[in-house]
Amino acid sequence: MAQAVPAEQKWWSGGKSPFNVEYGKLMMWYFLMSDAFTFGAFLISYGTIRFASNSWPDPNEVFQSFPGLGNGLPLMFVSLMTFILIISSVTMVLAVQAGHAMDKKAVVRNLVLTIIGGIAFLSCQAWEWTHLHHEGAWWGSNPFLNADGTKATTNFTNFFFTITGFHGFHVFSGVVINIIMLIMTLNNVFERKGHYLMIEKAGLYWHFVDLVWVFVFTVFYLV
Amino acid sequence: MHQDNNTEITFHHEYDREASRKEVIKITVILSVITLIELALGFWLYLSHQSLGPFMVHLIKGVILILMLAKAFYIVAYFMHLKHELRNMIMTIVVPLLLFVWFIIAFLADGNSYRNLKNTYDPYHKEQSETKVQKTEHGSKETDTKVGH
Repeated sequence: MAQAVPAEQKWWSGGKSPFNVEYGKLMMWYFLMSDAFTFGAFLISYGTIRFASNSWPDPNEVFQSFPGLGNGLPLMFVSLMTFILIISSVTMVLAVQAGHAMDKKAVVRNLVLTIIGGIAFLSCQAWEWTHLHHEGAWWGSNPFLNADGTKATTNFTNFFFTITGFHGFHVFSGVVINIIMLIMTLNNVFERKGHYLMIEKAGLYWHFVDLVWVFVFTVFYLV
Repeated sequence: MHQDNNTEITFHHEYDREASRKEVIKITVILSVITLIELALGFWLYLSHQSLGPFMVHLIKGVILILMLAKAFYIVAYFMHLKHELRNMIMTIVVPLLLFVWFIIAFLADGNSYRNLKNTYDPYHKEQSETKVQKTEHGSKETDTKVGH
């Protein structure tokens, strides 16, 4: 039976990938989009409450300690945390690129560096939370005054611990995912498969964690 | 083209490792520089917010927020590689995110309106939010946290 070959490609009739990415990567993107809305909702509710308040604590007065160096150093510690996360994002990109080149040694090296960066960030956060807790800050308890010297509500600490906690949980799960990727790489799982595309999906998640921190860092510590 | 146990066809993006490495270095430098500018603006706010006046404070904060969006763009476009995907796929992700435009404007405006209403109709709230209080020793759990304010 003669069959006319269609002049144009039928990308949507099955068997092809119209977006030219594999299923898992596309779904990771859509998951991250939904996660962006979750974080967005948290941050926007924080913004709403801030706009509804006559005054708000000054972040430079709250976050002004550095381990080993004492107080009076606003922005220093959080800068360190920010750079740790940026650098760990860079090593993650390098791991993904090494995966494309099927360079197992470079994948392992960069994944290890990324995991170290993640653990370093979590350690910083643990120190900061402990320090604030010792100062009397926690969910439902806010020892800090507003910037204009009036009494502050607990909104500030509630939002701070909830949102940085939710972000920290993402960092933690990202570290766990990266450790799993490292074990799979060391066991030659990806070598046998013939590609390292799984690392790419883990990388997307890790960059998203860095992306969220860009927003959290700005709205809690800078403005 | 990579072989998996499914038959879906995807074409491998052409990879030039040296070029990608250069791009990563470039983006890292851009992100670091933007962060340093943000921090410089943050310090400027901290050191001279009494003398700056409300307009300058808002302007600096606005610049910081724009820099934040620039950083987000570089991370998503280059580190997450979205810029190099097919346009149709980019649109399925970016278009839904436009919801944030409404989301942010509507809620912040609502918060602002709520503050104005409370200040107008709740004199007790207004008075409370203008009463300065003494800084108490927070819980006295840690004694070395006193800093001259």
